[in-house]
Amino acid sequence: MSDLFWILISAMVVNNFTLALFLGLCPFMGVSARVATALRMGAANIFVMVLTAVTVWFLNTFVLAYAPYLRLISFIVVIASLVQIVEMTIKKLSPTLFRELGIFLPLITTNCAILGLAIFQTNRGYGFLEGLFFAVGAGLGLVLALVLMASIRQQTELSDLPGLARGMGLVLIVAASLSMAFMGFAGLLSS
Amino acid sequence: MTLATAGGMAGLLIVVVFEWAEPQIEAHRAAVLAAAIDNVLAAPARYDTLYVVDGALREAPPEGVLERDLERVFLGYDESDVPVGFAVTGGEPGYQDIIRLIFGYDPGSGEVVGMEVLESKETPGLGDKIEKDADFVAEFNGIQTPLVGVKQGAGQADPHEVDMITGATISSRTVIAIINNRLEELGPLLDTYPPVVKQ
Amino acid sequence: MKAETTAQHDLVRGIWRENPVLIQLLGLCPALAVTNTVANSLAMGLATFFVLMGSSLLVSAFKRFIPHEVRISAYILIIATFVTIADLVLAAVVPEIHKALGAFIALIVVNCMILGRQEAFASKRPVSRAVLDAAGTGAGFMIAMLMIGTVREVLGNGSILGYSLFGAGYEPWIIMILPPGGFLTLGVFLLVLGWWRGRTEGAQAQVRRWPHGVATRRAA
Repeated sequence: MSDLFWILISAMVVNNFTLALFLGLCPFMGVSARVATALRMGAANIFVMVLTAVTVWFLNTFVLAYAPYLRLISFIVVIASLVQIVEMTIKKLSPTLFRELGIFLPLITTNCAILGLAIFQTNRGYGFLEGLFFAVGAGLGLVLALVLMASIRQQTELSDLPGLARGMGLVLIVAASLSMAFMGFAGLLSS
Repeated sequence: MTLATAGGMAGLLIVVVFEWAEPQIEAHRAAVLAAAIDNVLAAPARYDTLYVVDGALREAPPEGVLERDLERVFLGYDESDVPVGFAVTGGEPGYQDIIRLIFGYDPGSGEVVGMEVLESKETPGLGDKIEKDADFVAEFNGIQTPLVGVKQGAGQADPHEVDMITGATISSRTVIAIINNRLEELGPLLDTYPPVVKQ
Repeated sequence: MKAETTAQHDLVRGIWRENPVLIQLLGLCPALAVTNTVANSLAMGLATFFVLMGSSLLVSAFKRFIPHEVRISAYILIIATFVTIADLVLAAVVPEIHKALGAFIALIVVNCMILGRQEAFASKRPVSRAVLDAAGTGAGFMIAMLMIGTVREVLGNGSILGYSLFGAGYEPWIIMILPPGGFLTLGVFLLVLGWWRGRTEGAQAQVRRWPHGVATRRAA
């Protein structure tokens, strides 16, 4: 049980997908101007991640042992299909949410965090529960990074910054500080 | 229709490249493993791969079980076919992420005879000293099990003691823990393996 | 809006003026993750170049046969094929570098830069132009990677391509080869770029909100 807990916390803060592993940077840069949007995007991502982890475990255990070179293609097909399904579900259950998320949903497909999750899960040989905890931890970590960045950006929009500092240069330097801060989580669960 | 042909061609291309690349990838993997075993068992003449099956060591995987699903240890022999020790791998979370290492164990003397870090993401300049600090690595060339970690400079009174690296306590502690835990798990199997006991 | 561009323009524009990493902010994941040494940056740049060229060529050659509704999936499949091949070749020929690049070789598949090029250009132009465009973009990507990689390795390790520059007495600025260093280097480059453009073009520094190409067309 403590192993599972370590996997979750490690994926969430110690080896945060965005701030330590450089995955999921496209949404991180693009979505992160408003906290509300960031939360919604993050939630959609967690959902897709968990579904992906389960499907990937299934694929790895029963199918890919016989054709390891098809791994990448099958992962990408799975992710694209899952995103499509999630899109249709959200559209049916909550049209308002669907409209708010707009473009961000199909873009989850090209979010390197999801594919990265599948690949890391495979490389580390995680079982079903481990993969699940890994996905939840990684997803929560993404949300954490997104929301932190969004809050900071919302604040800085009203502050007195030199013109050229606005925009992506600032976002990246803030990201550097966040990444440094998160390095402090290393050694969190060690004996 | 054309999409299907294109898909088929793509698949064929991948299979062709795979068939070409796979033997080289396997060869490299085997070479890396052999080099690591060489390092921790002080250059044995050859080694056997043994599989841990139901609490015993076997020389081949049982029927229907894939090799990669089983835990392995390696038994090294010198030129006169005398066993020199086992090479065992292990991994546990260290400071940043999981540390994987391989170590040599001589059941006759109960000593660890060598250690090599295979994978680590510890902090460069601090934690990564577990692989870069030659003195630390050399501590494992002939040390009594179970290992006990002590702060550097505490003096080496006890043959069980390993000087940990200042500023990399957690990483050092993890290395020691991996070895101790693996020996706790596998020790009885290794100590009682017939070709070794016969010595 | 759709002015005819010259062949030379197609080749050159990706290199600097519309540099995928520094101007369009695409392909950031590998640009930050593997640029901790120059060798890794070079290898990743070459692998991405190969995938970009191959997929642009195929997409442009087969554009008439790819139905509009499934085009994105088709592009991704083509890209995935090339990435799988690149992954296998790297693993067989340069295993240490393959290990250092790790999962990021496979992640070339979701590099928005490549998909963006197919969607915005290769699917609409003849093969020769698509190849030029791919070459220019690939070269621009490589240049950006090398810039970031050099800064990070020199400051963070005191070396280039493993060759020590400053001798044993140099105290490396280790944070540069760690994740924050990646963000910091690119951020500073962008600030410098913004300042320089502000001076030469007299326009306000651009505020990028979303990568080009894929997003807007996907919504259509």
